[in-house]
Amino acid sequence: MTALEASLTEPGLVERVRWAVVDAVAVAGRDVAHWRRQPAAVLVGALFPVLLLLMFVYLLGGGMVVPGGGDYRDFLVPGMLALAMVFGVEATMTAVVTDTARGITDRFRSLPMAPSAVVAGRCLADMLSSVVGLVVLIAAALAIGWRPAGLGPALAAVGLLLLLRLAFLWMGIYLGLLTRDPGAVMAVQILVWPFAFLSNAFVAAASMPGWLSTIAEWNPVAGTVTAVRELFGSPVGAGGGWATEHAMLLAVLWPVVLTAVFAVLSVRRFQGLSR
Amino acid sequence: MAGAISVAGLIKRYGEKVVLGDVDLHVRRGSVCALLGPNGAGKTTAVRVLTTLTRPDAGRVEVAGIDVVRHPRAVRRRIGLIGQHPAVDDVLGARENLVLFARLHHLDRRAAGVRADELLEQVGLTGTGAQPVREFSGGMRRRLDIAAGLVLAPEVLFLDEPTTGLDPAGRRDVWDAVRALVAGGTTVLLTTQYLEEAEQLADDVCVLDGGRVVARGTPRELTAAIGGDRLELVVSDPGRAREAAEVARRAVSLRAVADQGGPGERVVVPVARSRGVVGAVVRALDEAGIAVDDVVLRPTTLDEAYLRITGRDDERAEVPA
Repeated sequence: MTALEASLTEPGLVERVRWAVVDAVAVAGRDVAHWRRQPAAVLVGALFPVLLLLMFVYLLGGGMVVPGGGDYRDFLVPGMLALAMVFGVEATMTAVVTDTARGITDRFRSLPMAPSAVVAGRCLADMLSSVVGLVVLIAAALAIGWRPAGLGPALAAVGLLLLLRLAFLWMGIYLGLLTRDPGAVMAVQILVWPFAFLSNAFVAAASMPGWLSTIAEWNPVAGTVTAVRELFGSPVGAGGGWATEHAMLLAVLWPVVLTAVFAVLSVRRFQGLSR
Repeated sequence: MAGAISVAGLIKRYGEKVVLGDVDLHVRRGSVCALLGPNGAGKTTAVRVLTTLTRPDAGRVEVAGIDVVRHPRAVRRRIGLIGQHPAVDDVLGARENLVLFARLHHLDRRAAGVRADELLEQVGLTGTGAQPVREFSGGMRRRLDIAAGLVLAPEVLFLDEPTTGLDPAGRRDVWDAVRALVAGGTTVLLTTQYLEEAEQLADDVCVLDGGRVVARGTPRELTAAIGGDRLELVVSDPGRAREAAEVARRAVSLRAVADQGGPGERVVVPVARSRGVVGAVVRALDEAGIAVDDVVLRPTTLDEAYLRITGRDDERAEVPA
């Protein structure tokens, strides 16, 4: 075997997996370096859901009645946590569109690194920033008097929230790969709002008129919101049909299905870049 | 020994549109080849195929002696790509960028740092420290981009329109960087719309138009192939320029054109360099009673060669006599 032939031999599976992880960490490290350099941007991103929480609790909360009883603040906190995960779709999409537009994605693809690391690195970095976002929002919620029932269930709730983030992360990656136009990010930013309001995050789904209530109940976010409310020991809001009764199942099923669908679509789209 | 780049019968289509139609290309090791062509000629697509970013529909494509379709990763270890727009991270500093790319070339942390410092030195960006790249000038950004393409001292370096959008100083910067690399033995393939760039840097020029190679050769060969020299006449009476062109054309039996560009009218006559050609034209004009202020015999520039080859000559550059 000549030296050239030897160099053409691809490394074994273990070696490839190892490099895939190392490369993904390196790509994610770039985002971490961004945060170090632009702490203000990170802060603004993390404080936006806090601002929403405060607005809804103190400005609108006075007029809110939780069906079945309970404090609106305690009802809203889990909903806000879930929405913060949904809003992450914009951040992910923006990052992907920007990298593609600037040629950074192509530069990565021309390097002898693991191709999966381009996407896996984005995934890792965004999950990390979501953890930071959750910590900030939970701290704010604790500061205004919200208390979870117990540590174990609370951690399980955080797990469900991150699972939801993973689903919207892959949706963001796919949408980011789909478009070359930064203007499309704006469209997604606008569409996220009706999507967020058409759920049980701010009010109980049962309080909405007939068919809207059904949509809100089946909203992919709704299962997580209800399940997280139960785990935190927060008011769940009375009423609701099958979807509400099986919230825990949907809180796992919806994100898993969405993740699977968008991960497959993203990988195909990513491979399609070489067409 | 195979060349640094060896392409035979390369075809790439996007739907119905043929972007590259049966392209052959051979680049010797250690040489500089310029892919010259107008926008949409297929230059960037050719580079994308060569750098494993785009799969060809047909043809054999080898870079550094390795098939790009069968062993893309092995090719990636041997090439550097510098795209049309600087693909560097704006928020990070120059060194941070280079360390990141070095890490992604699988250098360990220490080696990545050492290599980053060497590259900064090489492109003259040492001392930019933590300054974010978005504060760099266009030329600095380009140099950083080039450094990022040199992490593993690539055998073959691809530069896609490396000086588009740069001011003259930035352009000179890039040219110097490319020359230094070539001196170090790197093979360079660059695409450009600028003939001056091809003339300055390239050993060989390959003219692409509409996805096909329409001419190739050294810059000198290309210019020679387009009718050798050019005789430029400035006639005293601009009103008689067309007439002068006609007279000159008959005298050398080649096509001549009146150029409306100058203050007085200039007449450009392509001539094969032969004894007495200048005298023949001047005599003929004299007999026709057309006064001539100036006569210059000069070689055809690559610019003129290029316009002629890509067929844009007639439509925009000159007015036929």
